[in-house]
Amino acid sequence: MGVGIEVTNLNAWYGTNHTLQDINLNIPANHATALIGPSGCGKSTFVRCLNRMHETNPIARVTGTVRIGDLDIYNDIKPVEIRRRVGMVFQRPNPFPTMSIYDNVAAGLKLNGYSNRHVLDEIVEKSLKNSALWDEVKDDLKKKSGASLSGGQQQRLCIARALAVDPEVLLMDEPASALDPVSTAKIEDLIFQLKSQYTIVIVTHNMQQAARVAEKTGFFLNGRMVEFDSTHKIFTNPSDKRTEDYITGRFG
Amino acid sequence: MRDEHKLKARIRAGIDGAATGLAVLSTVLVVAPLVAIFIYLVYKGASSLNLDFFTKIPKPVGELGGGMANAIVGSAILLAVGSMIGVPIGIAGGIFLAEFGRGTKLANAVRFTADVLNGVPSIVMGIAIYSLVVVPTHFSGFSGGVALGVMMIPTVCRTTEEMLLMVPHAVREAALALGVPNWRSVLSITVKTASPGIITGCMLAFARVAGETAPLIFTAFGNSNWSTNLNEPMAALPLQIYVYALSPYDDWHRLAWAGALVLIVLILLAVSLVRYVTSRGVLKGAS
Repeated sequence: MGVGIEVTNLNAWYGTNHTLQDINLNIPANHATALIGPSGCGKSTFVRCLNRMHETNPIARVTGTVRIGDLDIYNDIKPVEIRRRVGMVFQRPNPFPTMSIYDNVAAGLKLNGYSNRHVLDEIVEKSLKNSALWDEVKDDLKKKSGASLSGGQQQRLCIARALAVDPEVLLMDEPASALDPVSTAKIEDLIFQLKSQYTIVIVTHNMQQAARVAEKTGFFLNGRMVEFDSTHKIFTNPSDKRTEDYITGRFG
Repeated sequence: MRDEHKLKARIRAGIDGAATGLAVLSTVLVVAPLVAIFIYLVYKGASSLNLDFFTKIPKPVGELGGGMANAIVGSAILLAVGSMIGVPIGIAGGIFLAEFGRGTKLANAVRFTADVLNGVPSIVMGIAIYSLVVVPTHFSGFSGGVALGVMMIPTVCRTTEEMLLMVPHAVREAALALGVPNWRSVLSITVKTASPGIITGCMLAFARVAGETAPLIFTAFGNSNWSTNLNEPMAALPLQIYVYALSPYDDWHRLAWAGALVLIVLILLAVSLVRYVTSRGVLKGAS
């Protein structure tokens, strides 16, 4: 089951560049939350702070608190452990090129020392079904490389890979921006189905996409969060002038 | 107007043809020396190849016949010892340079050392190992293996580093985002993804030292009898070729040619074998 995320006074830097400033927000459990905003506004940095991927860059720094469920992820837990609870899907599909489809999905478990074949088989099948890829790949799970799939299939493979470690939260950083419209629609359908089981945070450049998949939407601008509200309110009656300008296409 | 278009099209086609021709010519120039050497070796050496060559040890001066069995086995042992030293150290060094030490002073020092080591003439390497290993002990197969191993390290190290750096950042991030510890991600994901290139680097280093004579003169020393003991002087194909080629006897000259042919064929076979073994199990569509 998904858990809620509580962010208090979050600040982040890349070197001397203050990319996130005083972010406060509560992301509800088992819903999809969209983050929109122009390029470079800090929304990707924000999601990378939620699984501590931000700090894999040696010049990056973070202050503030992020609580996921009842865990303070910057104090109670090691980065590798939080990343097992908070899955991530990246902008460009990044399957492991030398691994089979099966091994791609099982990678998170295998690399953490899990080796019960029977259980692995079950988890791989369940994850591929959850990511709506099972029917397309079930015949050559171990024969084909993850890199041999089409872009849209690769992205669903990456979603299956993230689901296989049974996370509570799924972060998606522009998961459909490198895909064609048909593949995009499939990913969006998937988000719809997955949010009953996981808390989903999706960064997107595509405002229609935010409107289609998310209950809540946050608008980021220049490293600050301008507005966070129900998606319906953001797109029909935003409280802030800048949000209105952005969604009506006056800038960004 | 139309004529002008036709003329331009013809010029373009001409330039295109010329460029293609130059590319083909370059390819031929690259491959030609290898082919020429190989044909010449077959021409000079093939006639002296017989079963004795592969099964007998050299005959004393003045007697005809004999073979290089001891040198073939010796070379195999020396190269095995060299690879056991050079490949692990080189790969570990490359992993350090690309993954753990990036940007540190130590890494820069290691990289610089490897590049200088790569340029050290092989005879100098032989003298160095002579004073470090042979002087405290004595001439031995082991010291020859050490010399070859040390010569392999810089090539293996630098190619490993280059190949690891070519692995996309996104692949590393994917592993880290699954909660895989960094060391595990490096060993199981990055190194595995780069392994075809790393293997090529190892083969390059192997093929290079397989033909080295100079570092063995002061270390393995050569031996005209059977010697599989690493603690004693050991025969090696390049050494045997060197001694025979400089000798005044026609029969030995012929054997030297045959030895050179066998050496190059064995190197080709070893490299192809490794390629074949490591390419099995590569998946459809894997890049």
